[in-house]
Amino acid sequence: MNPELAVVKTEAETLIRAQGINQTWGDRHVLQNIDLAIAENEIVTIIGPNGCGKSSLLRILLGLNTADSGKVTRRKGLRIGYMPQKLRIDDRLPLSVTGFLMLAPGARKERVQEWLERLSITALAKQPVQRLSGGEWQRVLLARALLIEPHLLVLDEPVQGVDIQGQRELYQLLPELRNELGCGIVLVSHDLHLVMAQTDRVICLNGHICCSGHPDQVSVSEEYNSLFGHQNGQQHLAPVLNNELAPELAHYTHHHDHTHCADGHIEGSDECTHVEKGGEHKHD
Amino acid sequence: MISWWLLPLFAGLGVAATAGPLGSLVVWRRLAFFGDTLAHGALLGITLGILFDLHLTLALIFSCSVLALILLQLDKYTGIASDTLLGILSHSSLAIGLVVLSFFDNVRIDLMAYLFGDLLAVNQNDLLWIFAGGSLVIGLLIWQWRGLLASTVSEELAAIDGYPVKWLKAMLVLLLALVVAISMKIVGVLLISALLIIPAAAARPLAKSPEQMAMLASLIGMTSVCAGMAFSFVWDTPTGPTIVVSAASLFVISQVYNSVRK
Repeated sequence: MNPELAVVKTEAETLIRAQGINQTWGDRHVLQNIDLAIAENEIVTIIGPNGCGKSSLLRILLGLNTADSGKVTRRKGLRIGYMPQKLRIDDRLPLSVTGFLMLAPGARKERVQEWLERLSITALAKQPVQRLSGGEWQRVLLARALLIEPHLLVLDEPVQGVDIQGQRELYQLLPELRNELGCGIVLVSHDLHLVMAQTDRVICLNGHICCSGHPDQVSVSEEYNSLFGHQNGQQHLAPVLNNELAPELAHYTHHHDHTHCADGHIEGSDECTHVEKGGEHKHD
Repeated sequence: MISWWLLPLFAGLGVAATAGPLGSLVVWRRLAFFGDTLAHGALLGITLGILFDLHLTLALIFSCSVLALILLQLDKYTGIASDTLLGILSHSSLAIGLVVLSFFDNVRIDLMAYLFGDLLAVNQNDLLWIFAGGSLVIGLLIWQWRGLLASTVSEELAAIDGYPVKWLKAMLVLLLALVVAISMKIVGVLLISALLIIPAAAARPLAKSPEQMAMLASLIGMTSVCAGMAFSFVWDTPTGPTIVVSAASLFVISQVYNSVRK
């Protein structure tokens, strides 16, 4: 192999890229001109209120739906590990946790064992899947997503229905996994204010992409300072909260100069200026 | 010398063995009504077979398969709830089959045999069909077991994981059509899904894994065939229904066992 090429390759490779995605359901324009790319080693959090098009976008990225227009390009041979928000398994199917995990393509007993240990759920191995608690089931779903050795890990509302402790553990684990596996990670959340602290990029979605960027970067930029000049009250409150209670969380403040009507249509100006504020980035 | 009851016994055992794993999938994926519809529609296949003087088993397999594929498509594209749609198709195709069949004065076919089965009339040719078809079904199920199970758990997850979900579903309904067609002579149109569903349901409380449930369902089905044949000889009852009654009894026993164990 050409050594020069190897040097050039240090730049992270794009795993998946969506360009000009539009989607309509009936007369609702759910997704409008979405451009999005996710690279190796990158953690992206997509946030937005309910009905903002998160699930539609996710389904398109995952290849479950085809967009009305626009295209999705994946890196060749891309393996996606997907952790769904909900998955109910019918009582009529007798299935243990190990049996469930063995359904991942290419899963082997030893690898299943390894991930069970890593996620501290070895005790569940023989339990029927229907008897797990919400938090336990989330971990099993995560284990399954990891078993396929993903290049891209997609987690849909991973902390919904999980207690604070479980949430902290997950938010500590994900950056570790990113570093070990070098995979890209996409988190989807309806929580508009608290995101995982180690998110590289927050994307706020509401039909269109309202704002995106590295939280840190935006918070120290001049625009940030000028725009936040009169917003100090809120600015001080959040870091205190983060610091004391949950260093894994970061606060995210929205400043939209437009409002969305109930149907997602934008009132007034088409342009939007948003500011993201990075929360605490004390990595311990 | 082959005893006269050996052929029917082997035919019944062959069908029950095949119905175990397939019936489990039918139970897990809620395809029971689908199987019913195929069976009812199969009567149309028989009618067509007579009309065009075709090989009856082939006509049956063909018409069941076509019906299965049509149902698969309709399920996707119509706005009608699938249980309503299946109900309409199931009963209207049965009715059409019966009506058309009545137009033939010289029908040399015993309608009752097709509605309720006539196990004792099984010949060597039928047995051959059952074993060839059964081996094909079991072979394909084993070959694609992991994918079938993965898409039973979640079609979306399986699709993201790269399993050929649509093909697997098409394969499953075609195998269902094949089994319906070859077991028609054993238990008849009206009782085929009983043979698929009851042993699987009876196996559920005793099984710890999907594979166990599939194998237990086969065993329970085969036991029902033996018991049903024995009882029907002793009490001179119709064989097909007696087999189904035996299976139902085993189901009740397994449910009682389950609640006592808890």
